[in-house]
Amino acid sequence: MKCDTANAAAVKFGKYGGLFVPETLVQPIMELAQAYERLRSNDDFRDELAGLLKNFAGRETPLYHARNLSRELGCKIYLKREDLVHGGAHKLNNTLGQALVAKRMGKTRLIAETGAGQHGVATAIVGANLGFETQVYMGEVDIERQKMNVYRMELMGAEVIPVRSGSRTLKDAINEAMRDWAASFEHTHYLLGTAAGAHPYPSMVRDFQSVIGIEARGQILEVEGRLPDSIVACVGGGSNAMGIFAPFLEDKVRLLAVEAGGRGPGKTDKTADNGASLGYGTDGILHGALTKILQDPYGQILESYSVAAGLDYPGVGPELAYLAETGRVQPKMADDKTAILGFRALSKLEGIIPALESAHAVGYALSEPDALGEMAIINISGRGDKDLATVMDYENL
Amino acid sequence: MKISEAFLNKPLLIVYICAGDPTPEATPDLVRRLVAAGADIVELGLPHSDPIADGPTIQAAAQRAIAAGMNTDVYFDVAAQADVDVPKIFMGYYNMVYARGPDKFAEDCAKSGICGMIVPDLPPEEAGPLHDACKRHGVDLIFLAAPNTPDSRLSMIEKETSGFLYLVARTGVTGAKSDVLQSTGDLIARVSSDVPRAVGFGISTPEQAAEVIRAGADAAIVGSVCVDLIARGEVERLEELVREMKDAIVKAKGKAPIVC
Repeated sequence: MKCDTANAAAVKFGKYGGLFVPETLVQPIMELAQAYERLRSNDDFRDELAGLLKNFAGRETPLYHARNLSRELGCKIYLKREDLVHGGAHKLNNTLGQALVAKRMGKTRLIAETGAGQHGVATAIVGANLGFETQVYMGEVDIERQKMNVYRMELMGAEVIPVRSGSRTLKDAINEAMRDWAASFEHTHYLLGTAAGAHPYPSMVRDFQSVIGIEARGQILEVEGRLPDSIVACVGGGSNAMGIFAPFLEDKVRLLAVEAGGRGPGKTDKTADNGASLGYGTDGILHGALTKILQDPYGQILESYSVAAGLDYPGVGPELAYLAETGRVQPKMADDKTAILGFRALSKLEGIIPALESAHAVGYALSEPDALGEMAIINISGRGDKDLATVMDYENL
Repeated sequence: MKISEAFLNKPLLIVYICAGDPTPEATPDLVRRLVAAGADIVELGLPHSDPIADGPTIQAAAQRAIAAGMNTDVYFDVAAQADVDVPKIFMGYYNMVYARGPDKFAEDCAKSGICGMIVPDLPPEEAGPLHDACKRHGVDLIFLAAPNTPDSRLSMIEKETSGFLYLVARTGVTGAKSDVLQSTGDLIARVSSDVPRAVGFGISTPEQAAEVIRAGADAAIVGSVCVDLIARGEVERLEELVREMKDAIVKAKGKAPIVC
C-alpha cells in the first residue's frame, strides 16, 4: 500500500496527542491510519466486526441494576458488565477491531504489550481465532503477578516474551513492542491495547471501545428513560474509560475517571507511588504522544505503581488528558486500599468479582457516593479471577 | 567549528557515546580521546529512561549513566568541559528537551558548545517549537530519514534538516548488525538535494563504514560498538577502532561501491 506521508500531521486533542515516533515508524503508522480511516466506514468491515462482537465476544453485555450496591450507596447503580465479554475483559472489543484491520492490510503477525495480561489474552484470542502468529511483550514483574494469564496466552498459541528492561512493567513492554515494530512492520501489526500512544491509536482504540458506551446509552434510555447523572470508569491508559465516555461527551452526564492512587502521592527519584497521571502528572511525551505523564523534572519517566497491574502505567491517553484539562472529564483517585474494598464489596454484595482495575471504580463510588448523583453507571471493565492471588497476598501483608 | 565547516573535509567519521557512561566525570576525557583518534564529529547522547529507538547496548548504557548521576544539568556541564575543536552534537529523546523547554534547551546547547541536535523521536511535523529555538540560538536541527521513508517525505525532510541528513541504514533500532548495507545504497541514492548525507544504525566495522562511504555517503556514524567497548572498559581498543574506521573511510573516498 502506497500512501503520501510527506506531511504526516496527526490528529490532536487540543495540544495533546501527536506523532512523536522515530522516522522508521512514521510510514507504518500513516499506513495504519489511512487503512483505518478507509475501513471504519466500510460496510463489509463493519458487518464482519459486528458479527464477531455478537457471536464470538458475546455482545451486547448486560447493563445490570446492582440492587444491593445501590442500597449501600443510596444511589441507583447500574453496572456495565464488560467482565462478561469473552476473555474476561473489555479488551477483546479493541483486539477484534484491530485484528480485522491488520488482516485487511495483509499483515500476518500480531505483537502486543500487556500489563495485567488481559490485553495479551485478548490478543492471543484473536491471534488464534483469526490466524495470526502472535507475540506478546510482558514485563517480568507482571509475568510474576499474572501467571494464569501468561498460561492462558500460551494455551492459545501466543508466545509471551519477558521484558527485562527498565521497570519491567507495562511501559517497558510498550517500548519493546515499538522496537520490534520498527523492524517488523512489513508483515506485523502492533496491536496497542489502550487509547494512548501515537496517532491513530488513541482515536482507533476509542472507536473500537465505544461499543461499550453506545450500548450503555441505549440500555439506560430503555430502562430508565433518561441518561444517568454520572459514569464511573477506571483509568490506566484509558481504553475502557474512553469507550464508555465517548458516546456521552455531548450530554449532561458527569464523567468520573478513577486513576490508581496506589500507596499515595509520594515519589522518589525514580518511582511514583501511584499510577495517577491525570492527578499527579505533568505534560510530556511518552510512547509517541504528548499527554500527562509521571516524570522527574528532567523528563525521565518514573516507574508507576498500583496493586492493579492494568493501571500501573505512568501515562494516560491524550484525549483523556485533553478532556480533563477542559473539565469535561473529572479525574478522581482510588488508592490500593479503596480498590480492595471495592473488590470485596462487589463480590459480597452482588456476587460479581471485579478485576482489580474495575474495583478502583467501585471503590471510588463507595468512598464518594455523593459525587454520583441519583443514578450512575459503573463500568466493570473486567472480571477478577486473575487477581485472586494478588488480593490474597495484599491482605496477608 | 560548525557542522558545515566539518563537512568541507569529508568523508567524516561521526562517533556516538552515551554521556555519563560509565560516569559523568569520565565523559570529557573520552570525547578528547575519540577526537584525537580521528572522530570528526562527536554525538553526545543524553540518557533517557525510555529510549524507544535504541537497542539493548545503548539502553544499558543509558541506565548506567542515569545511575551514575547523569541528568540534563550535568550533561551540559560535561559537554562544556569536553573542549575539542570538532563539532559536538546532542542526541536524545524529545521528552528531555520538552521538560527543559525547547528554547532553554537550544540555548544551553549553544552555551556549552553543542552545535547540532538529533532528536530521533521528533519528526519534522512535531518539531516547530524546537526548530524555531534552534534557529534563534544558531544550533543545527538534524532530521532522520529511513529506508521506508517515501520519496515525497524524503524531500520534505531534506528541506527541513540542517547540518546534515541522518540516514538510518536499516529499519529497527540502534545496535551493531552484520546486514548494514542492504537498503542503504538505495536510500543514499534517493537523496536529491546536496545536503550532506550521514549514515548510521548498525555500522560496527571499518569495512561497513567504508562501504557506506563508497555507496555515496558523506559520513559514517558509529555508536553501539563504541558504547559496548566503553562498557567493557576497553577504551584503548575503542581508540584503535576509531583510527581504523577513519582510515578505512578516507581510503574509501571516491571509490565505486562493491555491493550497493
